[in-house]
Amino acid sequence: MIKNLLGSTPLKLGGLFVCLVLLLAGLIGSVIFGVVDTSWHVAIDAYTQFDGSNEHIVIREVRVPRALIAGAVGASLAIAGALLQAMTRNPLADVGIFGINAGASFAIVFGAAVFAMNSLGEFTTLSFIGAALSGVLVYFLGALGREGITPLKLTLAGAAVTAMFSSFTHAILVTNEQALNDVLFWLAGSVAGRKLEMLTGVFPYMLLAWIVAFLMARPINTFMMGEDVAKGLGQRTVLVKALAGLLIVLLSACSVAVSGPIGFIGLVTPHLARYLIGSDTRWVLVYSGFLGAILLLFADILGRFIAMPGEVPIGVMTALMGAPFFIYVVRKGLVRA
Amino acid sequence: MVALETQNLTLTYGESLIIDQLNLQIPKGKITVLIGSNGCGKSTLLRSMARLLKPKEGNILLDGQAIATTPTKEIAKRLAILPQSPTAPEGLTVQQLVKQGRYPHQNWLKQWTTEDEAMVNEALESTGMTELKDRAVDSLSGGQRQRAWIAMTLAQGTETILLDEPTTYLDMTHQVEVLDILFELNQTQKRTIIMVLHDLNLACRYADHIVALKDKTVYAQGHPTETITPDTVRAVFSMDAEIIPDPIYGTPMCIPYSRGRIGRKGGTQPHAHHVAISTAVGQFA
Repeated sequence: MIKNLLGSTPLKLGGLFVCLVLLLAGLIGSVIFGVVDTSWHVAIDAYTQFDGSNEHIVIREVRVPRALIAGAVGASLAIAGALLQAMTRNPLADVGIFGINAGASFAIVFGAAVFAMNSLGEFTTLSFIGAALSGVLVYFLGALGREGITPLKLTLAGAAVTAMFSSFTHAILVTNEQALNDVLFWLAGSVAGRKLEMLTGVFPYMLLAWIVAFLMARPINTFMMGEDVAKGLGQRTVLVKALAGLLIVLLSACSVAVSGPIGFIGLVTPHLARYLIGSDTRWVLVYSGFLGAILLLFADILGRFIAMPGEVPIGVMTALMGAPFFIYVVRKGLVRA
Repeated sequence: MVALETQNLTLTYGESLIIDQLNLQIPKGKITVLIGSNGCGKSTLLRSMARLLKPKEGNILLDGQAIATTPTKEIAKRLAILPQSPTAPEGLTVQQLVKQGRYPHQNWLKQWTTEDEAMVNEALESTGMTELKDRAVDSLSGGQRQRAWIAMTLAQGTETILLDEPTTYLDMTHQVEVLDILFELNQTQKRTIIMVLHDLNLACRYADHIVALKDKTVYAQGHPTETITPDTVRAVFSMDAEIIPDPIYGTPMCIPYSRGRIGRKGGTQPHAHHVAISTAVGQFA
């Protein structure tokens, strides 16, 4: 029997409080630590008594957007991952299987090579379109055939679409060096150097998806009993699958648009959440949201110190942390056939 | 009284025809068992009666009302289905599982009520799962797990319960235990039970009504003593068998002929009388 660390409701609420404290610590740490360390007071002054100094500008234009983006993207990726793992009943599912990152990357490389787009603002729009298109394409392919959407067909469709977009992307990159230079830093995935407007452009959608995901937790719990059981209990499973799929696409498209492809957060975080609180989707979603934000914030802060004065891109950091975890999960046999 | 009725029901799986133009009536308040050889469509028929499978043609009526036009949640309040070998999510406790049975009785406004709680406790009680309610379903033995799932369908509080091979993968003790629970429910609460079983002898012991399927339709149906005859077994399972009264309950018991012991070193030949019958059967066939 799997014993969860936080079994009772008071413990779960207490754990949530700890998460909140860690989240605030992560946000504050992200603002004050870096190549130039600053202090907590200066950070407040930058908003209350802005004096136009370099330090204040860095805080308002660089550090704060970066912290908020890491938090929002981390939470969104983790919630998308939790939804995906619940719906497919596959503990190794990550939003990557929807081909979303590949679609976003292709859209950006295409825009850079063909239309000479090179600003981050344009990249945001492009990657959202690419992510949404590939998500819808995978979803459509996965729904073809007699039984409707099944985890297996979804995974196969995702792999096919990923392979297709990746090869398109590489075809463009090898023939166009300028595009390569423009997009390389984006392709690694990063929350640095983004403007706050990029986040505010997608944040309403993220927030909406978080809320709808939480409202769907109970139907998802029922769906996880198996589709036949859920249908027998009077659930309109087609509706649940469609809505959950839409949320997953929306959350990952928003995330990839702001920060580029960041792997492993969507895979690892739901495991941590379930390890702490068990299988109830309501709690898994809430904890995944918090833990995803915390993980990405701390990964980002850590990435500033490892190669000082340079920075390790956050996509590399999450891979460094996530890959060993992935192997651990497989070896521990948490995967069910 | 009829609990479930099919009218000109035609079921297909992809291109292949499984059930052809079937008219069948399932009696209310009784235990009905569907039998037939592997792949004869008994599970498919059961699934379609539980609206898990859309018919190609024809209607299915639940208490005289077409299920195709009834909201699925309304059906879930009157009919429960336990699919074949269901699996619970990892770490889910028995109580959490059984609580899912109350799903059709809840909505956004009406969340968990005392009635829900009472139904869950009653379901746990009548399946003997109260002691195990905090255990994870995936940590239980096969028999306990099946009882937990049956508790979930009971918590649904429906008049009719459909079960697809509820005794598969269980040893003899647990097969009998599961069937005893269902029998008890039928006797004390008058619930209609419709299930697919593979064991012909247990089917005869527990069923009020047997439906034998063959060639995409019903070959024979009725009380076990009338239905389960050597002729039926030969037609439905393509096998010669003796039907004798069950020494404990007197219900029909099927002893198949086989070549298992013949010609084996130290093995015994079938009783002379039986050999005579099988030879006679061979001549008529």
